[in-house]
Amino acid sequence: MASIDTSASATPHPVIHPVWVRLTHWINAFAMLVMIGSGWEIYNASPLFGFTFPGSITLGGWLAGALLWHFAAMWLLAVNGIVYVALGLATGRFHSKLLPIRPGEVIADTKAALAFKLAHDDLSKYNAVQRLLYAGIIVVAVVIVLSGLSIWKPVQLQWLTALFGGYDAARYVHFFCMAAIVGFLVVHVLLALIVPKSLRAMITGR
Amino acid sequence: MPRIRTIIPGVDQKLLIKDAARMLPDPTRRLLLRGGLSLGALAVLGGCDIVDSDAAEGVLRKISKFNDRVQALLFNPNTLAPEYPESRITRPFPFNGYYAEDEAPEVDGKTYKLEVGGMIDNKEPWTLDKLYALPQVSQITRHVCVEGWSAIGSWQGVRLSEFLKRIGADTRAKYVWFQCAEGYSNTIDMATALHPQTQLSFKFDNQILPRKYGFPMKCRMPTKLGFKNPKYITAIYVQNNDAGGYWENQGYNWFSGL
Repeated sequence: MASIDTSASATPHPVIHPVWVRLTHWINAFAMLVMIGSGWEIYNASPLFGFTFPGSITLGGWLAGALLWHFAAMWLLAVNGIVYVALGLATGRFHSKLLPIRPGEVIADTKAALAFKLAHDDLSKYNAVQRLLYAGIIVVAVVIVLSGLSIWKPVQLQWLTALFGGYDAARYVHFFCMAAIVGFLVVHVLLALIVPKSLRAMITGR
Repeated sequence: MPRIRTIIPGVDQKLLIKDAARMLPDPTRRLLLRGGLSLGALAVLGGCDIVDSDAAEGVLRKISKFNDRVQALLFNPNTLAPEYPESRITRPFPFNGYYAEDEAPEVDGKTYKLEVGGMIDNKEPWTLDKLYALPQVSQITRHVCVEGWSAIGSWQGVRLSEFLKRIGADTRAKYVWFQCAEGYSNTIDMATALHPQTQLSFKFDNQILPRKYGFPMKCRMPTKLGFKNPKYITAIYVQNNDAGGYWENQGYNWFSGL
């Protein structure tokens, strides 16, 4: 578990995250925070449930400001997301890192993780829970973008809106995808703090 | 989050609290937002030091203009908004305005005259009788508010494209500008003005438009967000300059297409 590595020459660690992964990861992190913060402010203008998000944790100050942020950050999110997915597929990274996902392994690794017995010696290999969550969050990201488009353009993209069960249903889908992403984010950040070398790997690549 | 929270466009603070509160249709929600504003946004706006808020707002507004162009490209003049059966009409259909229902403008139908101007041949004002004699169409479509909620309503009136033809409008002009009795105004693109579902509505649910829904006339555009659908219209101008609009000037997206 040696985590301090000041020698640049001795035994170089293999690159775990190539530069395109790190770059798109951090751009995505920024875009996501803007989308979530402004999305909460937009939600507050017409809440779906009996609560609103406190103004102190939303972005934009009022509805118009939040909409400006949301529809600006969407470009960053979309372009970055397309680059990430295209490279993930083209380089074979998705295939080699995220597959296979076998239910038996997921259950076994979940038990091990909850007992704090899951090994993190080799950061280049994801365990079954990681594979499931990382693959799952990519699917959620695709769905949140599509549901967002169907709320934004329920006339021009009405076939897409209909696919989600109509305008009102698409708003709920968009909300629940946000909730899933926020849930993922909490666990993801928590685990990165528990295993700091994973955070280092996402910054330096090694 | 706190770092990000301070990157907020520098909107005029007095306008901000007044108008944001007004955007909301019912008083309970209005209070919620006012509370949120005073706690969050205004406190932060006051102490904004990490990022120049004017610069941030400038960039955001530029992107919003870019989004106008993207939406104009996405707009297909032949794509119709979905229509619904009568059973789907939202009852009661909500009243929306930046004022309370009893503060809505009261227009006298007997003396009312619609002013028309700009790049048109016949600038003679229109009385209600003359307007009511125009060929009418009907639609049951979804009104989508910028706040996120939506409601299905039923409107009857003349196609705006038909009306523009009658006044000899030069439809090569870029914009149509609406002025309303309460001082509200907005500008729309010609492509939307000529869309087959863009309607000068005289009736809601086959009854003469009541005061709360915009008597004597609303311009119904199911291809745009609710606030782009002006009510209590007193003047229509065909022109090449973008005269902006009540909400648009405060930062809401200009095109606001659906």
